[in-house]
Amino acid sequence: MSLFEVKNITVSFGGVKALNDVSFTVDKGEIFTIIGPNGAGKSTLFNVISRIYEPSNGEIFFNGENISKIKPHNISSLGIARTFQNLELFENATVLQNMLLGRHIYKKTNILSEILFTNKTRQQEREHRLKIEEVIDFLDLQHYRDTLINGLPYGVRKNVELARALCTAPKLLLLDEPSSGLTNEETNDLGFWIKDIQSLLGITIIMIEHDMSFVNKVSDRILALNYGEILASGLPSEIKENADVKQAYMGE
Amino acid sequence: MRFIFKTNYAQDINIARHGGDRLWYSLLIILMLAMPLLIDDFYLGEISYVCILAIAGIGLMILSGYTGLASLGHAAFLGIGAYTHAFLLTNGIPFFASIPVVIIVSFMVGALIGIPILRLTGMYLAIATLALCFIAEHVFIKWEHFTGGNRGMPVPQPEIMGMSFYDSATFYYVCLAFLILSMFAAINILRSPTGRAFVAIRDSEIAAQSLGVNLGLYKALSFAISGAFTGLAGALLAHYIGYLAPDIFNIFLSLTLLLLIVVGGMGSLHGTVFGAIFVGYLPQLIAICRDYLPSSIGSQPGLEPMLFGLILVLFILYEPLGIYGRWVKIKLFFQLFPTYKKQTFKKQKVFTKSDRV
Repeated sequence: MSLFEVKNITVSFGGVKALNDVSFTVDKGEIFTIIGPNGAGKSTLFNVISRIYEPSNGEIFFNGENISKIKPHNISSLGIARTFQNLELFENATVLQNMLLGRHIYKKTNILSEILFTNKTRQQEREHRLKIEEVIDFLDLQHYRDTLINGLPYGVRKNVELARALCTAPKLLLLDEPSSGLTNEETNDLGFWIKDIQSLLGITIIMIEHDMSFVNKVSDRILALNYGEILASGLPSEIKENADVKQAYMGE
Repeated sequence: MRFIFKTNYAQDINIARHGGDRLWYSLLIILMLAMPLLIDDFYLGEISYVCILAIAGIGLMILSGYTGLASLGHAAFLGIGAYTHAFLLTNGIPFFASIPVVIIVSFMVGALIGIPILRLTGMYLAIATLALCFIAEHVFIKWEHFTGGNRGMPVPQPEIMGMSFYDSATFYYVCLAFLILSMFAAINILRSPTGRAFVAIRDSEIAAQSLGVNLGLYKALSFAISGAFTGLAGALLAHYIGYLAPDIFNIFLSLTLLLLIVVGGMGSLHGTVFGAIFVGYLPQLIAICRDYLPSSIGSQPGLEPMLFGLILVLFILYEPLGIYGRWVKIKLFFQLFPTYKKQTFKKQKVFTKSDRV
């Protein structure tokens, strides 16, 4: 059975249909990439999955459960984490604090035990920290623990956002243009990390991406969108040869 | 320059970051405890007032400085705290039983008001809290059975262990104790998941939500906690004033609190104390200056609000991080001497602000 399924999703903003009757499934352990020209509806699709936009029609299933009526703040405790196209880090906090927020869904303390900072609260902080250190080691963030986000270069910020998403220990990771704004070297590193996230951590990844050589290198399957509709889907080699995709990207 | 070598996760969890912190803050507390021996009653009363302002400042700081929600209505919470406390004391409830009730009442009121109005953001939220301030003032006038209306209400001065609140040293110690306790409570909230969720809401609501922070719940919680601190300050303020009248808790008191946190430094608990000292002593300073100014300026009635406004504008323009921001710079200057560079704190232009949904 597939881990994640989108069924006949339609999103309209007034008269504009950002997504029109889109359906696809993602299998467990897959790296599934969504490509398409600007305005194709890729980010809209992500925002529908994280319940920021309300679809006018259609349903989304995760692990067999219908998540199209779940509150947006409950999505991450189901095991879906995401990053944002233009970075949504907490800029006036340190890298550690950002990552600790990734552990928010595992919070067990209430406000009273926090005001008194009981042993349980202290213990919880230490446990969160241990989990975070694993992610820090995984993504080579050792140098930046106590740095404020607004003092970090762009590439590191992207990395921190990925780290924050990994701290939630997700089953499904949504990456919105992970390689945009990165140098060639950073993109290469990212490719290895994404492969590692798949193989070592066993996390399924849905990714929006423009860099086609990067896409072909890491993806298992690709879905091409244009004007809110599915152009094609299949293996990277099939998409490369697909006439509709070629036409959408390069014209006649 | 101090380099901290971290060998234990507890070093990132503890309040004191290193031995220096422990030393200096202990010395500060000892100095504060010895204060009644060093200065006379009048100035002791002034310091008590600064402590009360700082507690109220902690309340507003949690809401505005850490959760990023503006409030122009915090005088209402001071009023709620003051009237509840005075009412309970009048009815024979002892001081230490009354204070927890005050805290719970203002917490509940904060939560109840917070749930509907925190659906608003930015300017609209400011207007709604402004309305809260006016509504509270009217309630204090009209609900005569409870507040004594425009006639006002005397505040009984209780005795603690045989010491009367009329003795300024006793009252000073009570205020100081509550300030220290409030400070610890606030620090503890901010270093635990709830406080981090507040900061997350301030910096990016959409990311906070996608990480599992229930926006409505945490905003209401922030408002309630903020109300609880401010209510406590109100209860102490009642003793300081001695006689409650509705027009004390007007919009200018709210603005004073706002001035306090902005001048003190948004997003820092040090800032609440710096701001309280500033706001507490500024009227005295202005009064002293009046004598030296030409009488055409010195005897103007609106001098005080005008100077408050002017100072607020100057701080926003030249030192957005307030007195605390300046303090950090001065500290760094001495730590790095002689290699300090002014550019360290220059604000970077960042072009990564996202498309807010």
